[in-house]
Amino acid sequence: MIPKSANVGIVIVSHSPLVAEGAADMVRQMVGDCVPLAWSGGNAVGGLGTHAAGILAAIERAWSDAGVAVFVDLGGAETNSEMAIEMLGEPRSGKVIICDAPLVEGAVMAAAEASGGAVLARVVATAQELSP
Amino acid sequence: MVVLANAALIGGLIEVCREAIAANADHLSELDRAIGDGDHGINMRRGLEAVYAERNRLAELALPKALEEIGLTLVMSVGGAAGPLYGTLLIAIGRQLGGANGQQDFARALEHAIDAVARRGRASPGDKTLLDVLYPVHAEVVRRAGLAGISEQAERAASLTFGMRAMRGRAAFLGDRSIGHVDPGAKSCALLTAAICRFLEEQCPA
Repeated sequence: MIPKSANVGIVIVSHSPLVAEGAADMVRQMVGDCVPLAWSGGNAVGGLGTHAAGILAAIERAWSDAGVAVFVDLGGAETNSEMAIEMLGEPRSGKVIICDAPLVEGAVMAAAEASGGAVLARVVATAQELSP
Repeated sequence: MVVLANAALIGGLIEVCREAIAANADHLSELDRAIGDGDHGINMRRGLEAVYAERNRLAELALPKALEEIGLTLVMSVGGAAGPLYGTLLIAIGRQLGGANGQQDFARALEHAIDAVARRGRASPGDKTLLDVLYPVHAEVVRRAGLAGISEQAERAASLTFGMRAMRGRAAFLGDRSIGHVDPGAKSCALLTAAICRFLEEQCPA
């Protein structure tokens, strides 16, 4: 069980369950369990793809009142993440940000920042510095 | 004339949409294999089956609420890019129609919803997406073209995506190689439009 944390949460969304889980493993290795972390990979029946319901559940699992940074791979992952955030409803939806950053590097860098207690904007900015 | 006041139509609409997708699922996936990830037919069929499974409950609802709930079901079950796009369309139409007295003009609700889909997908007309069917359909609704006219225009608009270069979605990665294939989302949109028009025509002959 992940202890209740005041740190920003991290969610990883990939079309591939293996990629999502693997990236989450890397994050876990970096920061242990001091950052709420969850992943969603694959479509509703476990094949390659993304789906809003799974992403919504992942955001719930990684929820922190400090906010959640979401990392996505290809287009549909972003669209479904946006949909999931909307379904989360206000005011919580305002505390979830999809990062414009590479999935693996972004998530690891963000998690390292989050583990030090940085606020959401700082966590997101750290990850987005990786984008050209 | 598009009739939208009769909630008893909901069950029938769900049924014809499910049939249209089921009958064409393989073809849609084939189109998607050419320029996408090959699962559009499978995803849409899963979504329409999920809606079909709920049809009795949905048919009890007022039309705006039913559209909203159908949209939500599609979001939760279709996945990919199509789930949020079709879901946004139906949720937005439902919310718009459901405002105040529920008698708002359908064409305006449709326009509002199509714009919401465009924002959701960050796409514009000409990008080789389902918007290239939705906007022409809206134009036909506005000029009161009649159900047959709307249906024909939808099919024509879908076939016009053949010559377009994809600017959004997985197909955009292919650049010029996306030219020469009908967009699967545009095709499913035309199939659904045609099925809905055919059904409404049977229900309310001119």
